[in-house]
Amino acid sequence: MAVNVLMPALSPTMEKGNLAKWLKKEGDKIKSGDILAEIETDKATMEVEAIDEGILAKIVVPAGTNDVPVNDLIAIIAQEGEDVSSAPAAKAATPAAAPVAAAPSAAVSAPVAAAAAPVAHGERVFASPLAKRQAKEAGLDLTKIAGSGPHGRIIEKDVKAAISGGGAKAAPVQSAAPAAAPAPKPAAPMGMSDEQTKKLFAAGSYDEVPHDGMRKTIARRLSEAKSTIPHFYLTVDCDLDALLALREQINKAAPVKDGKPAYKLSVNDFVIKALALTLKAVPAANVSWTENSMLVHKHADVGVAVSIPGGLITPIIRAAETKTLTTISSEMKDYAARAKARKLKPEEYQGGTTAVSNLGMFGVKNFQAIVNPPHSTILAVGAGEQRVVVKNGAPAVATVMCVTVSTDHRSVDGALAAEMMQAFKGFIENPMGMLV
Amino acid sequence: MAYDILIIGGGPGGYVAAIRAAQLGFKVAIVEREHLGGICLNWGCIPTKALLRSAEIYHYAAHAKDYGLTLEGKVNFNSADVVKRSRGISAQLNGGVAFLLKKNKVDVIWGEAHIDAPGKVTVTTTKKAIVQPQNPIPKGILPVGTYEAKNIIIATGARPRALPGIEPDGKLIWTYFEAMVPAEFPKSLIVMGSGAIGIEFASFYKTMGADVTVVEVLPQVLPVEDADIAALARKRFEKQGMKILTSTKVTKVEKGANSVTCTVEDDKGNTQTLTAERLISAVGVVGNIENLGLEKLGVKTDRGCVVTDGLGKTNVPGIFAIGDVAGPPMLAHKAEHEGVLCVESIKGLHVHAMDKLMIPGCTYCHPQVASVGLTEAKAKAAGLEVKVGKFNFAGNGKAIALGEPDGMVKTIFDAKTGKLLGAHMVGAEVTELIQGYVVAMNLETTEEDLMHTVFPHPTLSEMMHESVLDAYGRVIHQ
Repeated sequence: MAVNVLMPALSPTMEKGNLAKWLKKEGDKIKSGDILAEIETDKATMEVEAIDEGILAKIVVPAGTNDVPVNDLIAIIAQEGEDVSSAPAAKAATPAAAPVAAAPSAAVSAPVAAAAAPVAHGERVFASPLAKRQAKEAGLDLTKIAGSGPHGRIIEKDVKAAISGGGAKAAPVQSAAPAAAPAPKPAAPMGMSDEQTKKLFAAGSYDEVPHDGMRKTIARRLSEAKSTIPHFYLTVDCDLDALLALREQINKAAPVKDGKPAYKLSVNDFVIKALALTLKAVPAANVSWTENSMLVHKHADVGVAVSIPGGLITPIIRAAETKTLTTISSEMKDYAARAKARKLKPEEYQGGTTAVSNLGMFGVKNFQAIVNPPHSTILAVGAGEQRVVVKNGAPAVATVMCVTVSTDHRSVDGALAAEMMQAFKGFIENPMGMLV
Repeated sequence: MAYDILIIGGGPGGYVAAIRAAQLGFKVAIVEREHLGGICLNWGCIPTKALLRSAEIYHYAAHAKDYGLTLEGKVNFNSADVVKRSRGISAQLNGGVAFLLKKNKVDVIWGEAHIDAPGKVTVTTTKKAIVQPQNPIPKGILPVGTYEAKNIIIATGARPRALPGIEPDGKLIWTYFEAMVPAEFPKSLIVMGSGAIGIEFASFYKTMGADVTVVEVLPQVLPVEDADIAALARKRFEKQGMKILTSTKVTKVEKGANSVTCTVEDDKGNTQTLTAERLISAVGVVGNIENLGLEKLGVKTDRGCVVTDGLGKTNVPGIFAIGDVAGPPMLAHKAEHEGVLCVESIKGLHVHAMDKLMIPGCTYCHPQVASVGLTEAKAKAAGLEVKVGKFNFAGNGKAIALGEPDGMVKTIFDAKTGKLLGAHMVGAEVTELIQGYVVAMNLETTEEDLMHTVFPHPTLSEMMHESVLDAYGRVIHQ
């Protein structure tokens, strides 16, 4: 029986590698333990070791091929005299078998079509309609069921076996598992099905509220963001006293119309303005990551997370660096009111170059937000609180606000983000700078 | 001279296995004692289809008026010419098998085979009385003698079962052999057994003008078919003037000079006598397991068939069996598929054993009957909760246009999973329709996929869609 040699995963995160060199030729005899090929990743070169004996019947991926996905068929080992013309050649039809655990030389092979191992996440799962329906009803994850049909297709028998054997019960939540289905599905954590989650609670002990579109979008976008963006976080304390004093002064000066002041600036309005000016001052941080290039933005478009019943939305103050505090303030008031009524237009909340999430009003001291692509940064703002600090060598009371930036490391490195936070702190602590 | 695979019997199981084996690079031989292509294309499937085609055209010609046509003079037939056409088609295909074997470099050894030991077969001159007329023996055959082969596949098929006291004599009591090549078509006929073979001959001779009585021991004609389908078929047969006695057995047969008188008894003990020119015995077939040396080799058999593991393997290493001789259903397409599976597993390819529930069956009576999977009764007996769809030919435009408004397409689904458990049809051309459901079952489609499938209009196949819709209360044209 021919066995497939698949592209091994050399590390838990490896998705593809380069096939550097074949050390065996087609037709060579293979013993278990022989080195078949060398695989290269960005960090290392590793050897692929044969597990099975036989003849290297076919090299599917030639030497020098770059970016071969993990679990792709790279070669076929056949028994002597065996005809491999009928052996599967297409990677799609070949079930993946390599456990994604790190093994420095893991040439893992699956017997052709016989009880194929489950496919890796993200690949198309071949299953009969009946098997799909039965798996769904039993709350089983098809990606964890081995198919015994033609080319490893999952058929009724396999699902039944999984039900009776419990083999496909979804594993604990995996980190960074992209959704298996290509469709924009709500990105619930893979691994645990709805049914399995529900089974953990007594019937009647909960109410079930179906997801609305906003909930699905939040789940999908943030799962994507948190699992695809390499985040890091920098936290600084900002002395708020000067800003509060200035704010009081400005608000007091507001002309009164119909018994109401024309404006009333919030601390958050200052934060928005400060962040916008910061990104103008450190333009390398005002960027968006794309696979092939960096988009360096000319304006700082600041998204502001607004909590609304059932979710949140992030309307954007465009070119905030060019706007006065009062303009920002009135735009925010308008956005907040319309956001609560779910009346924002897409162009008012799509895009942006950075964002602010402020939980200070709830007394939260410090937290880390999730970067919301296409942004590279997001600022998490805590409460301004009175603390004893050391000023000029003596204890003093100051109002301090803790601010944390979350950063996409692909586009903004640590030192750059630090420079940005230094600039931000400067604007907050010397607020007059924002007025000129 | 050692072969990789030697196949005993050149019927549809044997010759298809031989060709597949040759494709896989094996050195292959077939031992055949009488006719390449076996019963199927010499004395079964194919020549009967030729006869039934004559009957069908005769029927249409006789009913030309229904279609607005006038034929001058009386529509008539010449029985010798009808038989001659049937034999010609058989001969043509028989020659075709010889050609295919030659093309694939399969050796043909002519004679009767005996397995002396695993790996060793002795072929001797055919002793069996050859059924005449015999199609020509192919050129280039190898002579009798002893041959060696690593693997031996028994594909010797089956022959008509004979009931004690009612043994076919070839003159008054016929099997399908004689019924296929009569000197004269009988004016009256009793058919014992209403399975596919019996009912096809009954239908043929009825159309050709004979008085036909069918005697069936079970309570239903076409006993393996779904009850609704069999009931509708019976109604049509009776409308054509066929007499049908179910739950009735033939207890005695007396032969006259040119007639047979049968005493029959129903399940309540009532007896009657029937007299006709000929009696066709169509009470099933039995496997050809004799004179092969199986007893001495210790090959396990059960009720006249060799016991195999589903991939042709017997209990004796190196000896395999496929087709009718390996057990029911005794159908050519089952034999062919089994032959392919057998040689592929010898090759070491990963093969999937056949699911016998997914083997379709076709009967070419008028109206035709075709089915696959479980009947409604069997599904219920298996404890399944079912959803049943039925669609009548009367609701289908194409059927009406063809002048064939009688028939039904019935589908049976598992109510829990939507799995298609079975499909059963009676009516015009249904033998050409059934494979759609067979594919669906093999792919494990559910009612949803069948509903989503677009069926072309105007065709009879639309009824296959409607039947599925009916099972779920969504039928359109009924």
